Amino acid sequence: MMEELFMLAALCVLLSVAGALYRAWRGPGRADRMMSAQLIGSGGGGVAVLIAAARREPAILDVALVLALLAAFAAIAFVKTITRDGAGDPEADTEDGR
Amino acid sequence: MSVVELITAALLAIGVFFYFAGTVGILRFPDVHSRLHALTKADNLGLMAIVIAAGLHFGDGWIAGKLALIWLLALFAAGMAAQLVARAALSPEHNA
Amino acid sequence: MSLAFDLALCILILGAAALAVFGRDLFGSIVFFIVYGVLIALAWITLGAVDVSLAEAAIGAGVTGVLLIGAWQGIRDGGGGEPEAPTPWPLHLAAGGAAAALCGVISFAVLSLPGHDGLAGEVPENQGALELGNPVTGVLLGFRAYDTLLETLVLTAALAAVWSLTPSQFWGGIPGPNHVKPPDGVLASFGRMLPPRGLIVAVYLVWAGADAPGGAFQAGTVLAAVWILIVLAGLRDEPRLSRLPLRALIILGPLVFLGVGLIGMLLGAPLSYPEGQAKPVILVIEYALTLSIAATLALLIAGPARRR
Repeated sequence: MMEELFMLAALCVLLSVAGALYRAWRGPGRADRMMSAQLIGSGGGGVAVLIAAARREPAILDVALVLALLAAFAAIAFVKTITRDGAGDPEADTEDGR
Repeated sequence: MSVVELITAALLAIGVFFYFAGTVGILRFPDVHSRLHALTKADNLGLMAIVIAAGLHFGDGWIAGKLALIWLLALFAAGMAAQLVARAALSPEHNA
Repeated sequence: MSLAFDLALCILILGAAALAVFGRDLFGSIVFFIVYGVLIALAWITLGAVDVSLAEAAIGAGVTGVLLIGAWQGIRDGGGGEPEAPTPWPLHLAAGGAAAALCGVISFAVLSLPGHDGLAGEVPENQGALELGNPVTGVLLGFRAYDTLLETLVLTAALAAVWSLTPSQFWGGIPGPNHVKPPDGVLASFGRMLPPRGLIVAVYLVWAGADAPGGAFQAGTVLAAVWILIVLAGLRDEPRLSRLPLRALIILGPLVFLGVGLIGMLLGAPLSYPEGQAKPVILVIEYALTLSIAATLALLIAGPARRR
């Protein structure tokens, strides 16, 4: 009973993050696409937690742990590309981050 | 159904609701900064409800700790990424 | 309900793969490839292969995204841009034909194999000899240690290949751009907050790897990701590639693995472990491999030296 419920929730979360794929496809901006990838990462972590609970397999939680730990990496690489040579400070107020 | 199971089911429903809310926001909001706002807040609330539901289901202290760590890491990652991407989206060249 | 979930996941994986391959926008393709990595990690979970899922999550979410976005930036800044002249259609046809032929040969080879359950039956029977709880680690470092040894050597060879692209005046220098050291900002704080947690997760993964999903590759990838984050956040520069401790770190894992294999050869068969001592020896190899894999992956992402 509870197992089914957890899998149902996993399906719902999966379908809901799939909706965000539209933004990754259409954009319009790169920021939109990047945030969709971020959303899939965090949603994927949620799905992993739900499957772990449905199957009562705590080892699956480690996948969610790794996904959560590394969720922001692509976004960091992305914001670095707005600076010259990818080496500047993305939070600087100058144009090229130097 | 026991009380714990009822609470777990309710938490799952709340979690799924917030994930859907986040997706509706990212699809319907008019500009990139509003969409960022929808995404990073709603989803982490959804994840929180799911993590608590899973913790109740496992009923184990160590696992609950790991689940809390998962949620905190996701929260940090989303908050930080939202901040940086929001700034990047201000630059018109890279928003195109 | 599991069936509905599996179906939805399959459709999403196919959709993400198609959009990654056929997308017109290069950046969009990269985003879909990252998404594809996350979905594949979920697929491995539903198939019960948590070890593979962990590796895919670490590689797909952590390392590949950084690598591809860096490559995209290089193409953009290098003036290469998106390919302008379309490749002639006979070339497309020839490439498609070659790929289909290779696919056919492999399918034929797989289908003509005699019916066999692989190692699934034999591993649990012999697992006791290694004193490991995780059958995957048993296969990787016990029963099929040859494969793993060669895989780690392939990783080292790939790094040598990347380094061979170094312009001669920069040989042994520092890879990557000179990142600005930012004052206390969001990224710098994140770069300080995450690494300690990443270290704990990596140690946990390699520790758990003996008896539960995890192991050297997963932990090494997490360590590499932490390394990359520290560099991107501008907290530490990449090391000089000519430094002896760094090079020692890169070959530590393969060297320990080879050494154990040679000692095994003197005592009996190559890569055999002394009876009753299998687990400690395997753990030593695992820990050494973790460090080497971490350094190798991080330096593969950093690329050849670009500065003195």
